[in-house]
Amino acid sequence: MTAPQMLDTSVRTEITVEAPIEHAFKVFTEDIGTWWDPTHHILQAELQEMVFEPFVGGNIYDRGVDGSECRWSRVLAYEPPHRVVFSWDINTSWELEPDHDKTSTIEVRFSSQSADRTLVELEHRDLDRHGEGWEGMRDAVGSPNGWNLAHFAEVAAKHQS
Amino acid sequence: MAYEADGLAALADPTRREIFERLADGPHAVGELARGLPVSRPAVSQHLKVLKAAGLVTDRPDGTRRLYQVDPEGIGALRAYLDRFWNQSLAAFKMAAERSSKEVR
Repeated sequence: MTAPQMLDTSVRTEITVEAPIEHAFKVFTEDIGTWWDPTHHILQAELQEMVFEPFVGGNIYDRGVDGSECRWSRVLAYEPPHRVVFSWDINTSWELEPDHDKTSTIEVRFSSQSADRTLVELEHRDLDRHGEGWEGMRDAVGSPNGWNLAHFAEVAAKHQS
Repeated sequence: MAYEADGLAALADPTRREIFERLADGPHAVGELARGLPVSRPAVSQHLKVLKAAGLVTDRPDGTRRLYQVDPEGIGALRAYLDRFWNQSLAAFKMAAERSSKEVR
């Protein structure tokens, strides 16, 4: 295999939010449950709530309706309202990854563009640490929901009306 | 060249994404892929070449033809998946933040 070392091992994206920086940071962290896709969790049970523990060493975790918990992320940096870094402790078969050397990292930076406008830049890096055998991801990419933006379009339309 | 090797750039093309999604269901030969698509066989071959260069797809001989499949060792698909995931998530985050920001004021 020769191609992989040429490949980028991170994904980057950004979005501008019409809200003050403190508010944007709070919604991203504390209020993560208000925007995270509720179908996107690895609990056996249905999702009851998502909790973001706002300190270094805390976890982001999902709680199921049956009381079960999945602590899928460690908070690695917490610097409100400018920066938050957390881990992605989920392997490519959609299971919790206990080996921290095989997890990737997400860094989110917030910068004020005006009193009511915030630029949010996100980088999900070290993806190569997940190693090989990402069949689960392949299935997700190949499934209708993996690519389908219809759900998002529905939500967007609902909130606009 | 670095740009060409980027899995996300490779999947920006709708026909290539369609081909990649079909390969996600299992290995296929060029002819099989071309049959269900509104593009010519040489065009499909060209798209496969780009997907291969991007580390998303590999090929192997199977008798007289070549079979193409999603590369199980490449991280291209993982990146493609997460790119999609974070773009959708940030869009939802933006809506939530702007909605609640208006409520606060």
